[in-house]
Amino acid sequence: MDAKVDYLLRQGDNALILSQQLSQLCGKGPALEEDMALTNVALDLLGQTRLWLTYAGEREGQGRDEDRLAFLRDTREFRNVLLVEQPNGDYAQTLTRQFLFDSWHYVLLRGLLQSTDARIAEIAEKSLKEVTYHLRRSGDLVVRLGDGTDVSHRKMQAALDELWTYAGEMFIYDDVDLAMVEQGVAPAAEPLRAAFLEHVAEVLAEATLTMPAPGAYMQRGGKQGRHGERHGFILAEMQFLQRAYPDAQW
Amino acid sequence: MSKEWPLWEVFIRSQHGLAHKHVGSLHAPDAAMAVNNARDVYTRRNEGVSIWVVKAADIVASSPADKEALFEPSNSKVYRHPTFFPMPEEVKNL
Repeated sequence: MDAKVDYLLRQGDNALILSQQLSQLCGKGPALEEDMALTNVALDLLGQTRLWLTYAGEREGQGRDEDRLAFLRDTREFRNVLLVEQPNGDYAQTLTRQFLFDSWHYVLLRGLLQSTDARIAEIAEKSLKEVTYHLRRSGDLVVRLGDGTDVSHRKMQAALDELWTYAGEMFIYDDVDLAMVEQGVAPAAEPLRAAFLEHVAEVLAEATLTMPAPGAYMQRGGKQGRHGERHGFILAEMQFLQRAYPDAQW
Repeated sequence: MSKEWPLWEVFIRSQHGLAHKHVGSLHAPDAAMAVNNARDVYTRRNEGVSIWVVKAADIVASSPADKEALFEPSNSKVYRHPTFFPMPEEVKNL
C-alpha cells in the first residue's frame, strides 16, 4: 500500500475509533454538562475522520469513499493506535485516555500545519481549532480530579499507570512514518515526543499525579493493524448496520 | 458541603453589537468550568461570540407578589412609549 494512504488511514482511524468509543457514553455522562461535552468531542472527531478517510480513499484510487473505509474494513485493516481502543472504563480511564490522546493529537496537528501536502495542512488547521479546546478541557479535568479528593486522586493515578504503556506507540516510527517524514508530509518523532512529554508533565504536576517513566516499555502494533480483542467488538457495533444491510442509506 | 454543583445562569452574545441574552442555566463547580460547560451546552450550533455566566444565587430578583405595585401603574401611561416617532429604516436592533 502507498505509504501516504496508510498514513492518512492512521489519522482517520484514530479519530474514528475514539469517536465511536466516546459516542457510546452519550446519555451516560456523570453530569448533563459533561455528557454533552464528551459528545461534542466525539462529533468533532467524527468530522475529522471524514476529512482523513475521504482523502485516503481518493488517494488510494480504488473507489472507496469514507463510508466504505469506515464500515467495510476489518480489524486487521484498521490503523489506529492501541490507546484509542482501550475501554472507556470508569470516568478516570475515559478522561486519562482522552488527555493522553489530546496531548499527542495537538502537537501532531501543529506539526502537520507545516506539511508539504497542502490538503493535510488544511485538515490539520481545521482540526487544530477543535483539538485546542479538547486539550484545554481534558487537561483542566485531569487537574481537577487529580488534585481533587483522595478517591478521585487514587482513581486518576491508577488510570494513568494503566494507560501509560499506550502513550508511546505514536512516537515509535515505522517505515510508513519515516517515509512521510522524508517527504516533508509529517513531523519527526523526537520533537513531537519532547513537546508531548513537556505538556503532560506540566499538567500532571499541577494535578499532583506521579508521571510514569517516559522510558517505560510501550505497547505497539496498532498502527500496523495488530489490535486487541476489544477492537473487533467496537467494529461489530459500529459496522453492524452496513454489514447487515449493505449500502443502506440514511 | 452540598454534593450538587451550584447553578449558573448563562448569557450569550449572539453577535457583536447585541446585548448578552439569557439562554438558560447549568451546573458547574466553579466559574471557569461554568464557562466551559456553557460553551458545550449552549453554543453547539454556532450561537455566540461571547459567554457570561453568573451564579444563580447572586441574582437578585423582584418578587412575583410585587407585580401590581411595580408594573401596573405604567400600564395606563401610554405617553411613555416612544411610539409616536417615525423610525428611520436604517436603524436596526432597537
